[in-house]
Amino acid sequence: MSLLSLFTRKRSAPVARERLQLLLAHERALEGHTDLAAILQEEILAVIAKHIPIDRDKVNVKLDRGSQVSTLEIDIQMPPAAKA
Amino acid sequence: MSKVMVVTSGKGGVGKTPSSAALGAALAQTGQNVVIVDFDVGLRNLDLVMGAERRVVYDLVNVVQGDAKLAQALIRDKRVDTLSLLPASQTRDKDALTEEGVKKVIDELREKFDWVICDSPAGIEKGAMLAMRYADLAVVVTNPEVSSVRDSDRIIGMLDSKTVRAENGEKFEKHLLLTRYSPARAARGEMLKVEDVLEILAIPLLGIVPESEEVLNASNVGCPVTLHNPVSAPARAYMEAARRLLGEKLDIATPTAERQGFIGRLFGRKAIA
Ligand SMILES: Nc1ncnc2c1ncn2[C@@H]1O[C@H](COP(=O)(O)OP(=O)(O)OP(=O)(O)O)[C@@H](O)[C@H]1O
Ligand SMILES: [Mg+2]
Repeated sequence: MSLLSLFTRKRSAPVARERLQLLLAHERALEGHTDLAAILQEEILAVIAKHIPIDRDKVNVKLDRGSQVSTLEIDIQMPPAAKA
Repeated sequence: MSKVMVVTSGKGGVGKTPSSAALGAALAQTGQNVVIVDFDVGLRNLDLVMGAERRVVYDLVNVVQGDAKLAQALIRDKRVDTLSLLPASQTRDKDALTEEGVKKVIDELREKFDWVICDSPAGIEKGAMLAMRYADLAVVVTNPEVSSVRDSDRIIGMLDSKTVRAENGEKFEKHLLLTRYSPARAARGEMLKVEDVLEILAIPLLGIVPESEEVLNASNVGCPVTLHNPVSAPARAYMEAARRLLGEKLDIATPTAERQGFIGRLFGRKAIA
């Protein structure tokens, strides 16, 4: 906690409300389905694997769900031989 | 040597999840490599308390079932870079976790981290069993209240019989973390005394975390209380508890109502740990 935040301390409940709304909207949409991010990753990897051999251990997926935009980041380390 | 530590209680809602987050963050802040694993399959909440709910892609069940690599499921904390989280899955399938699967994941985590903290679900069913199964030590979270103490006693019995360590006749360390302790109610004689709880459960005391709105505030914003408000009373209690886990001998003071601060400090008690 910085000195500044001592003075500008916001109430925590509105933050909680916002976080929950975002999360629950996502989880309700998901009910009964697999996570879209996981499906996307599988399919994207399958497409790439058609052209380049990829090591599953060298694939990193990061996700950040926002209220306006979400980002899905798939980081694939290519084998040296496959350099474009 | 890495340590696998289960945070358990038997009774629900006593503060296991905020305690796992706070102890994990406190240990990580000292430079230890820490991962907190959410074992509450079906009712995941550690991600929310840690503020990582928007970043969950894979979870413990995906790793156990081989659908994802461990490294893909781990979420690195954005505030403390030695802190990671392995989220639980939201599946309703109670058999999603298997003993062998959990063992494999724990073994792999042991290689990467100094501390593997397992946030147990409530109850004495499979989920709670699996969370404690491969642990080296336990933090038993208890509120100074009759049903919580009773359930802690049952859990202590299980720790002494159902863990791999216990089965092998090895020592199993258990620490009592008394949470939601209210000095005002203690002063009015409305709450079980620390001494009473210690005498009944007969395990060493790791710390006393006072009842404080800061714990709720921290959960609201998704930040372990030790990071959110490090000078608050609960944060200090958790940070001291973490130092005791690392082997420091620190006195444990019973939190007192504001006015009795000085007297209370006079009655500080020596850690038994
Ligand atoms: N020291 C404290 N002061 C005030 N409130 C607290 C404290 N510790 C925990 N709480 C509150 O107690 C409630 C119970 O916490 P929580 O449900 O996370 O516990 P839990 O043991 O993980 O529950 P479960 O058994 O469902 O996993 C939460 O609202 C939390 O904010
Ligand atoms: Mg919990």
